[in-house]
This record gives sequence, C-alpha cells and structure tokens, in this order.
Amino acid sequence: MLGEGMLKGLAETAKNFAGSFVSKDRLTTVQYPEERAPVIENTRDFPFLVYDGADDASDEAKLAGLRCVACQICEKECPPKCIYIVKSTDKKPDYVGKPQIYPARFDIDISVCMSCQICVEVCPFEAIKMDTEFELSTTDRFGGLLYDREQLARSNQHYHKIHPTEAAEVDARLAEEKAKSEAKAKAAAEAAALKAAAAAAPKPVVPAAIEQKEPTA
Amino acid sequence: MSTADMKVYRPPVIDIIEEGDELLEVAMGPHHPSTHGVFRMDVALDGERVIRLKPVFGYLHRNHEKIAEKASYLAAMPYTDRLDYFCSLTNNWAYALAVEKLAGLEVPERAEYIRVITAELTRIQNHASSIGFLMQEMGASGTPLMYAFRERERILDLFEELTGSRMMCNYMRFGGCRVELPTGWLAKAQTIVDGLPKFIDEIEALLTGNEILMARCQGMGILKPDLAINAGVTGPMLRATGVNYDLRKVDHYGIYDRFKFRVPLGDHGDIFDRYMIRVLEMRESVTILHQAIKDIPAGPIMDPKSKIRGFRPKPGEAYGRIEAPKGELGFYLISDGSGNPYRYRVRPPSLINLTILEDMCLGHNVADVVLIFGSVDIVLGEVDR
Repeated sequence: MLGEGMLKGLAETAKNFAGSFVSKDRLTTVQYPEERAPVIENTRDFPFLVYDGADDASDEAKLAGLRCVACQICEKECPPKCIYIVKSTDKKPDYVGKPQIYPARFDIDISVCMSCQICVEVCPFEAIKMDTEFELSTTDRFGGLLYDREQLARSNQHYHKIHPTEAAEVDARLAEEKAKSEAKAKAAAEAAALKAAAAAAPKPVVPAAIEQKEPTA
Repeated sequence: MSTADMKVYRPPVIDIIEEGDELLEVAMGPHHPSTHGVFRMDVALDGERVIRLKPVFGYLHRNHEKIAEKASYLAAMPYTDRLDYFCSLTNNWAYALAVEKLAGLEVPERAEYIRVITAELTRIQNHASSIGFLMQEMGASGTPLMYAFRERERILDLFEELTGSRMMCNYMRFGGCRVELPTGWLAKAQTIVDGLPKFIDEIEALLTGNEILMARCQGMGILKPDLAINAGVTGPMLRATGVNYDLRKVDHYGIYDRFKFRVPLGDHGDIFDRYMIRVLEMRESVTILHQAIKDIPAGPIMDPKSKIRGFRPKPGEAYGRIEAPKGELGFYLISDGSGNPYRYRVRPPSLINLTILEDMCLGHNVADVVLIFGSVDIVLGEVDR
C-alpha cells in the first residue's frame, strides 16, 4: 500500500513523542543556562597553572606557590604556539626546597589555544593542568582573552575538585619524588660527613696528576 | 602504455541545448542553506536540469600540511582532529599508523583493541549523523537528524570520558594510546553498544520503507563501478556501486583480521544504496564492537620505545592508511631524521569522493543536486584542509 512506510515512520515519531512524557531516557535535551549536564571528570578545556596553597590565597602567595619553573618546554611543544614565558633572573625554592627559576611572565592566549593538552603531557613538573571551566566569553577580543599568571593560577585543591583521580595520582607521584630527593639529600649529607671525617684523618701521599692540555688547533 | 593508448575520461555531455537557448548559471553556496559547509557549486541549468556543474573548493583551507611540516610529529596530532571533525579518532589512528610504520613502533595488544573500539564507535556516530544530514537535505527537517544526534551524543559522552573532549579527541599516540580506559568505561560502552541495534531498527522503521525517500533516492545520482574505481572513490560510496573493497579486509591493518564481520555491498550505486550501506555498516560495526569489548586483554597501552618529546624517526618514508568512515584515509610521511616531517601529505576521502560530483549530477534536477551532494558524505574540514 502506498504510504505504509510513511505511516510506520509516523508511528515511530509518535512513540518517541508520547514516550517523552513518561520516560526520562527519551528527554534528551537540557535547558542550558537554567539546568546543566553534569561535567564529566576527564573533561578538558583550557590550561591553568597549579600552585600549592589555599584556594583563597593572595596573589603574592599564589605566585609564590606556582610549581612552574619556566623551563619553556610547553612553550616549545605547544602546537598553535599560544604560550608566552619570560624567565626570572633570580631563583626561589620550589616544592622540594631546591632553588629554581620561576616564570616572570606566563601568558596563555586562550583565543589561540586549541585545548589539545600537549602542554600537560610534556610538563615534567606537573605544573600545568587542564581546567573544566567553559563560560569564558568576553567583549574584549585581545586583552580579555590573554590570561596572565594571576588569572591562570589555580590551587591544587581546585585540581583535586575537578579531576580527583588524576590529581591523586599526581600527588602520590610528587610525594614519592620529594621523599626520594629528601633521602638523596640525607644520603649526600651523610656522605659529606663521612668524607669530612676521612679528610680529618692523615692523607697518604699521592703524586698529583699533571694535566697536559693539547694545543688547540 | 603510451599516453595515446590511455583512455581519457570526459564527463558525458548532454546535447539538449538548441541554438539560441540560454543557460542559467547559479552559484550554489558557499553560504547556501542547503549545502553543509562552505562549498560552492557553479551550476549551469537548462530550466531545472543540470547541464554543467563545477565544484569550487578551498574556502576552508587552513594550510594543514604545511603547519604539520613545520611542527613536531606530536604537534601534528591535534591538527588531524580538525580534518574530519566528525571522526577525530580515526584520523588520529591513520596518522599514528603512518608514524608507527616510519619509526618501527609496535602497538601493544590492549591499545589495538582500544583503537578498534573507538574507531567503530566513530564509524557508527558518523554514519548515523550522515544519514540524518541526508534526510535534512531531503526536507525532513529535524526528526531523523535529532534521533541520530541523540545516539551520537551518547557515544560522544563516552569519548569525552575517555579522551577529555567530545570531538577533538587527540587520543592516540605513536605506539599506543594516551591514557588508560577509566574504570567502568567498558561497562558503559557495552550498555551503549547493546542499545545501538534498537536505534538502528528505529532509524530503519522511520526511513527505509518511506515512499518519499524511495522516490527521491532510488535511481538518483548513479555512479558506475568503473568510473568509481578510476576516480579513486573509496568507502561506502564505492561499496554502494558493488565493488568489494574495504581496507579492513584488504589491508589487514591493526587487528581487524581477528573479528568476524561482513562487508555490505550495493547493487545500483544510487543514493538509496549509499544510505542502505551506511545502515548495514552500522550493524556490522556493532558486531565488531561486541567481539572487541568481550576480548579486550589487560596489559600496557604504550610501546616502551615510544617517547613524547624529542621524537626523531630515522630517515625514510611511510604511508599509513585506514578505512575511515568516509573512505580510505591515508597519511604519507617523509622523514629526514629531524624532529618534524620533511613531507606530510593527507589523502582525504572526502575530497576524492567529491571529484565525481558532476558525473552524478548531470541531467538531474537542481533539487536533486543537493541530495546527491549530501549522499557523498563529506566534511569540508577534510576537503579543504
């Protein structure tokens, strides 16, 4: 019969329409600004810089706690080249207490960033991670989308809140590294103490090796 | 064979124009509501009939190949997501395959299974939305597309949970995959895969027997197998003409020889065959997914030889190709031993499938051009690159 296929199709549509009143599964749209779909844990959006410290720390404290050591690897590996870093001239202690260079400037142009998270993958210091915030529109095309250190800094707590599983792994890894470096420092201190003790003892006379430098061609 | 022996192909000319007749030349697109994407067709019409059709590409050209040649091997990976933005995971796979051939990396078993699962999910969501768009272009505004997108959304949620992004996944790496499957991901995937046959049945009940669809699609935009082979057409377009050519069966890339699945073939090469092939391919993908989710082993997901930074394959060349949802997607790479490819070339299925658009459209009405164009299933991001 002509029109049978169409009627069959209409029955399917009617089933979906009527079903949407009884079944939650058939209601697939979300009325966005009022209701929101839950954020999926692994979601990534734009990068942020992790600092160790409280969520509501002052700007100085935020900058002091940044894990970034301005190694510029992310700047080099970033596919659209949206990261700009200026190294500091002085050093300050990092999370294991080793004096490190820090970023005097760290800007990300999020109008260029394509959220590929390669910066996160290449960072050896767990200093840059992906945020889940997406409502970032602004009327200023240039300055408003160029984020500096202060705007990019987020606490480790924030990281734990948005990516709990990943953050726990990162913390475990960092704690292990810190323990290792402390153990190393301890071992080095012991070795130094032993050496000092050995130096205090009388030395056997060893003829000093005379270094002969080849004449440069 | 000398050039004199070679048969030069010319599109059929329709000699119905009489002396003194005037043709109407219409530029359809690049901003025409019926074309999906920024693509222009310069059509010459005699009344309603198409006499000449000239496709104009390049409105979305983004210098993809040159950017990839200037960037490191890894940095080209997120750009491949933007080629065919419906199927970023298969794009990732094709590029990773080419680099793995170049550098001689081995992919662990588990990573191969993850690749198959993600690629087949990609195929299903691509075919579903492609059918939806075809119906949209036929005038069925909304309903079929909405149903297709409902299902696509579920699959994209899976992708987001795994890769962090719905469309720009950037998930595969040279010698494996970026991250391990999250806990419970496979169970969720299984639930969605179990629900897919119901969705395909629904689409079929809604569309396959529909008289309007049959009247507008059957015998429309016929592509002959010899022309399809000569033009290098691949994917569902080629199989709809009856040519048995599926890289999953022919090339044995990845681990596809472990799965039992059939390759659906068409008879006439018209729009309806292309639609039907896509529906049947979705069903076959579901059987592959069932097998892959059942058999996936535990183990590492990255080749230990692979590294993220300072990746420099030895000099040489490689071509990696896979059966992407739209056809054969290939990446050709030449390495000179430095950190970025010396030559990087994409063989995009969308562009090559689109080159025979004129042959399919000649003699049809202008309203059918939109339909034939839709049945090719293209994404302009891949056509123009």
